[in-house]
Amino acid sequence: MAGHMPVDKTYKLFIGGAFPRSESGRTFQVRSADGGLLANVSRASRKDLREAVRAARNAQAGWSSRTAYNRGQILYRVAEVMESRRAEFAAALRDTGRPARSARREVDASIDRWVWYAGWADKVHHVLGSVNPVAGPYFNFTVPEPTGVVVIAAPDEPPLMGLLSRLAPAIVSGNTAIVLTGGAASLVAVSLAEVLATSDVPAGVVNVLTCDKAEVLPWALSHLDVNLVDLTGAPDDLGDEVVAGAAENVKRIVGGREGSDPVEASPYVIGDFLEMKTIWHPIGR
Amino acid sequence: MTPPDNDPRTESFDLDYAPAPQSTAVVDIADEYGLFIDGDFVESRSGRTFATTNPATEEHLADVAEGSKDDVDRAVAAARNAYEGHWGALSGRERGKYMFRIARQIQERARQFAVLETIDGGKPIRESRDVDIPLSAAWFFYYAGWADKLEYAFPGRRVAPHGVAGQIIPWNFPLMMAAWKLAPALATGNTVVLKPAETTPLTALLLADVIRDVGLPPGVVNIVTGAGATGAALVDHTGIDKLAFTGSTEVGKRIQRATSGRRLPLTLELGGKAAHIVFDDSAVDQAVEGIVNGIYFNQGHVCCAGSRLLVQESVAEEFTLRLKRRMAVLRLGDPLDKNTDVGAINSAEQLRRITDMVDAGVAEGADLHQPACDLPERGYWYPPTVFTGVQQSHSVARDEIFGPVLTVQTFRTPQEAVDKANNTPYGLSAGIWTEKGSRILWMAEQLRAGVVWANTYNQFDPASPFGGYKESGFGREGGLHGLAPYLRAAGRVA
Repeated sequence: MAGHMPVDKTYKLFIGGAFPRSESGRTFQVRSADGGLLANVSRASRKDLREAVRAARNAQAGWSSRTAYNRGQILYRVAEVMESRRAEFAAALRDTGRPARSARREVDASIDRWVWYAGWADKVHHVLGSVNPVAGPYFNFTVPEPTGVVVIAAPDEPPLMGLLSRLAPAIVSGNTAIVLTGGAASLVAVSLAEVLATSDVPAGVVNVLTCDKAEVLPWALSHLDVNLVDLTGAPDDLGDEVVAGAAENVKRIVGGREGSDPVEASPYVIGDFLEMKTIWHPIGR
Repeated sequence: MTPPDNDPRTESFDLDYAPAPQSTAVVDIADEYGLFIDGDFVESRSGRTFATTNPATEEHLADVAEGSKDDVDRAVAAARNAYEGHWGALSGRERGKYMFRIARQIQERARQFAVLETIDGGKPIRESRDVDIPLSAAWFFYYAGWADKLEYAFPGRRVAPHGVAGQIIPWNFPLMMAAWKLAPALATGNTVVLKPAETTPLTALLLADVIRDVGLPPGVVNIVTGAGATGAALVDHTGIDKLAFTGSTEVGKRIQRATSGRRLPLTLELGGKAAHIVFDDSAVDQAVEGIVNGIYFNQGHVCCAGSRLLVQESVAEEFTLRLKRRMAVLRLGDPLDKNTDVGAINSAEQLRRITDMVDAGVAEGADLHQPACDLPERGYWYPPTVFTGVQQSHSVARDEIFGPVLTVQTFRTPQEAVDKANNTPYGLSAGIWTEKGSRILWMAEQLRAGVVWANTYNQFDPASPFGGYKESGFGREGGLHGLAPYLRAAGRVA
């Protein structure tokens, strides 16, 4: 009996819920430790970034107006779908040279991390919000709100845990995101995109651009419709002038500080992606 | 019984107020002031000084040392020594006790601070006496209490101070801005180099006097007076671990640009162009007072000023009429008069900027209204101003004026009000006037601004976080949230 000839996957971008190739037609190759070709991955361009920002902006109001409970449910659903594709994620990590056991461990821990963040959707307000005892007859309270559209430079290592540890806290509160990922880490990022596309995450909430991060980040940092950039996985030699581009619209910059932990699990990481709104109203009869 | 309109009794009232001047005997302004570095007043290494004047009279008040790059070096070194020495090792409880003392002394010398603030900056004594100075004391009191409770502020997270904080403050609330900056920095264990604004250095220097009197260890707070170059020297100083700036969006962007390579922890509290929204079901008289307070408080020199009135079309005509009637009885003049509502513009430069922007509004076709009022001959003055017939494209509706200038636009539906309110790169504050509770909460949710006042405006409190969205900056001042910018994460609680 003839064997099954494997059907190789085409690694494409994920923008607005669809899987387009880069408009530039460019790709880069990811090879296994022994040099075999694993994938020709789409290499996103500036125009792809613009499209992704547009998709994220269009999705933002709808996503943040979902109830926190609903966002938590949707994120939990993502974990369910990831669970059913554990073998695929582990294989993607193994392909790039990771021992089987270590790959399995990272996948399991990553799924647990995602579930942990899903549960924060309707709890983070308790920890980060406040009712403020002002010295006057006013009801005064502070609520966290999403910042808007965020760009995440995903860490190269660990590929899956690093990506999920930045993406989950960004979107759980109602932000929409553009993930920039490169090199071998692109493989699990594309698999995650396929999970997101088949969960109940609305189109545009997460967009994944496989790319040369050093090439695309400067455009993200100077894009006027991006509210925040997470530099956790940014190249070390990004350049002062490039980061300075963020000042054009007073963009928030998080992550990537010396000594900061790329896989930290904390409600304060969710807080890094939030704004605080304070509301006053008089009390009277 | 309400007398009929033609009742002569209503006409016989004389509505002029007799002058009620605040005595200036409580303040004693020196001819010269030095920099406050390492617990002492010292001359600038460059020997340069600048003059500070009373904007209501143009009278020369004092010559103040202009901090050079060398002086900033000295101040940062003093702050570093203090941080690595005594202050860094001090318990939160002891830090708090110094701060309680500062709060008490501000209260005890409140009138002195208030009069000096009004003389140096031009704001009405009623405001410096009732708002600026009490809030400054309250800010130190509030944060003094946090100093020994920081382990409860961020559950699960260990925190540590950054080290030396650089702080740059504006001229619109000189002492209060110093308190907003110093109090959380000290409570969290940082040491500070503070640069006050060049037109209003005197109350910060009086605060230095208080800081010396309470025995705060030398170098914990250093105050370096000067203008933009002094501020730039502080921004560029590699010895600071944290920078907080309150001022214009333009300068804030320059600072973000200059410090981004270093990834310096940054707090920016920048400009605003707040929408102040009035619905047809609002309590009209209260709303008129709120709008007036929102824009003419402190001559409109307020980053969160409600400078864009959005009024529902069905009541726009009536509301604008009542607003103009109220503006006609605002009392503009001597800031030291206790009856004064609108004081002097802070500086000749700011007066020029306001005048230019209003001229541009007229040239663009908006309708200008200013109540008849006599401006004093000397000093810097600008009458309360309102523009009607304003298009969104007009510069007066888009750019921050930082003066007593209001624009009026209309809307039909709550959604249109939200769209117009959010149509700005700024996002510091917003106001809503309506008697409908569910609409207040919906509007408050939709408005992209860090502070939303509903059926009130321009309220501040040390327990209440304040700060902007978008190009109005980032980080919060006040409340629990005001601690975070002065702390770094130092691991998890085991």
